[in-house]
Amino acid sequence: IACLVMYLFAEFDDAANLLAANPDATTISIDEPVETPKNQHSRLQEPGREEDDELLGTDDSDKTELLAGQKKSAPFWTFDYYQTFFDVDTYQVLDRIKGSVFPVPGKNFVRLYIRSNPDLYGPFWICATLVFTIAVSGNLSNFFIHLGKPTYHYVPEFRKVSIAATTIYAYAWLVPLALWGFLMWRNSKVMNIVSYSFLEIVCVYGYSLFIYIPTAILWIIPQKVVRWVLVVFSLCLSGSVLVMTFWPAVRDDNRRIALATVGTIILLHALLAVGCLAYFFDAPELDFPAPIIPAHNGTTVVTKSH
Amino acid sequence: FPGLADVSISQDIPVEGEITVPVGSHSPDEDYSTLDEPVKDTIVRDLKAVGKKFVHVMYPRKSSALLRDWDLWGPLVLCVSLALMLQGGSADSKDDGGPQFAEVFVIIWFGAVVITLNSKLLGGTISFFQSLCVLGYCVLPLTVAMLVCRLVLLAGAGTISFIIRLIVVLAMFGWSTLASTAFLADSQPPNRKALVVYPIFLFYFVISWMILTFTPQ
Repeated sequence: IACLVMYLFAEFDDAANLLAANPDATTISIDEPVETPKNQHSRLQEPGREEDDELLGTDDSDKTELLAGQKKSAPFWTFDYYQTFFDVDTYQVLDRIKGSVFPVPGKNFVRLYIRSNPDLYGPFWICATLVFTIAVSGNLSNFFIHLGKPTYHYVPEFRKVSIAATTIYAYAWLVPLALWGFLMWRNSKVMNIVSYSFLEIVCVYGYSLFIYIPTAILWIIPQKVVRWVLVVFSLCLSGSVLVMTFWPAVRDDNRRIALATVGTIILLHALLAVGCLAYFFDAPELDFPAPIIPAHNGTTVVTKSH
Repeated sequence: FPGLADVSISQDIPVEGEITVPVGSHSPDEDYSTLDEPVKDTIVRDLKAVGKKFVHVMYPRKSSALLRDWDLWGPLVLCVSLALMLQGGSADSKDDGGPQFAEVFVIIWFGAVVITLNSKLLGGTISFFQSLCVLGYCVLPLTVAMLVCRLVLLAGAGTISFIIRLIVVLAMFGWSTLASTAFLADSQPPNRKALVVYPIFLFYFVISWMILTFTPQ
């Protein structure tokens, strides 16, 4: 028995020596899972591959979430806690804005750009800019439409700024709250692979509103066709970013609930665009003085064209 | 403690000496008490400080006087005068008119607070009230623009007056933004400067818009 014990100790010694001689052995094996997601990305064509992508993406994000958990350990009543939400550089904000305007098919906005570092800078200032852009553009557009009329007296319409602010900030914060609550509830019933934190959803919604800023400026053009083309175009761009973000989160659920969720997201987004267009921008009517056409049987027909 | 065993304090020896600790150096402000000086001196000194800061804003150089000795008198005076001049516009009684006095006040102060919080959250080293002071003082060019606009509007409200007002407001808006950026940009980390400058740009843009769209009754 003593010989057996000696032999076992020798085995342990050998193993310890091996580890001591090759300390890099363990680090090599950790690198491998990080290498393969890049290969998966390059081969990503059909949506079936997305599952592997999401799985490996989740591994990656598990690690980063652990690190992020260590980062955000300050208690919520200190200033440092809120400083962790503004930990972005200029190029990161610009990259995120670019990612929201040019959606890449198959890539997830949250995984690609946010990477467990959601910021509040983008959502807050994009919403503020959008509020003032809509108010100013609406005012300018109304001014140009009614310019020639003798009865028109220009008013700055300052009330509309507060209405715009309430609407846009409510959309950018309450809809993500509702969506997050809904996804958490579904998560407790159906095991989803992908789940987002509340701040990540706020981030996606905030950055997806960026496309409406140039759209609102272009809405000054007083042509109905142009305005509606712009609505559809911007809705497609930002709606696709939202759909590609949230489809993986509801895909494993009941088919009808998944489709209803994505449909509601798009519907609310469209309602925001159309509502802003209808409320802040007057209809561009072409006001000709009513021509009087004498009809054959003597009655006059007054027509007014729009 | 063997060393202390022999120490004993006799009760009939009184303890005496001085308790006050001499301060090493006196700063010049504490050589005399400002409580005894005439009120005129106090007011004139504060007015001079405010006036000096106005000069610093109109000719922005890299001086730290604006940052070091902050005060909020100047911003208060500018904000109140700007809000007063924005009154008396069109449609005071209707709903869709210009901004009310309270709205201008709230926009300027709330906007300045939000920008200050933003720059501090992004890692800026400037203190809260210093930033408020700079942002408030840099409203001065826009207040001058408002004064010029009202004088031009007294002469007439046609296209030429609009072009003059547009040029004046644009120039003052640029001056305000450049002045405040010159003071505030140095206290930010270098890779986040644009993130801090943009809200300042938005803030002065909104104030300029309010000035430009002011139409008399």
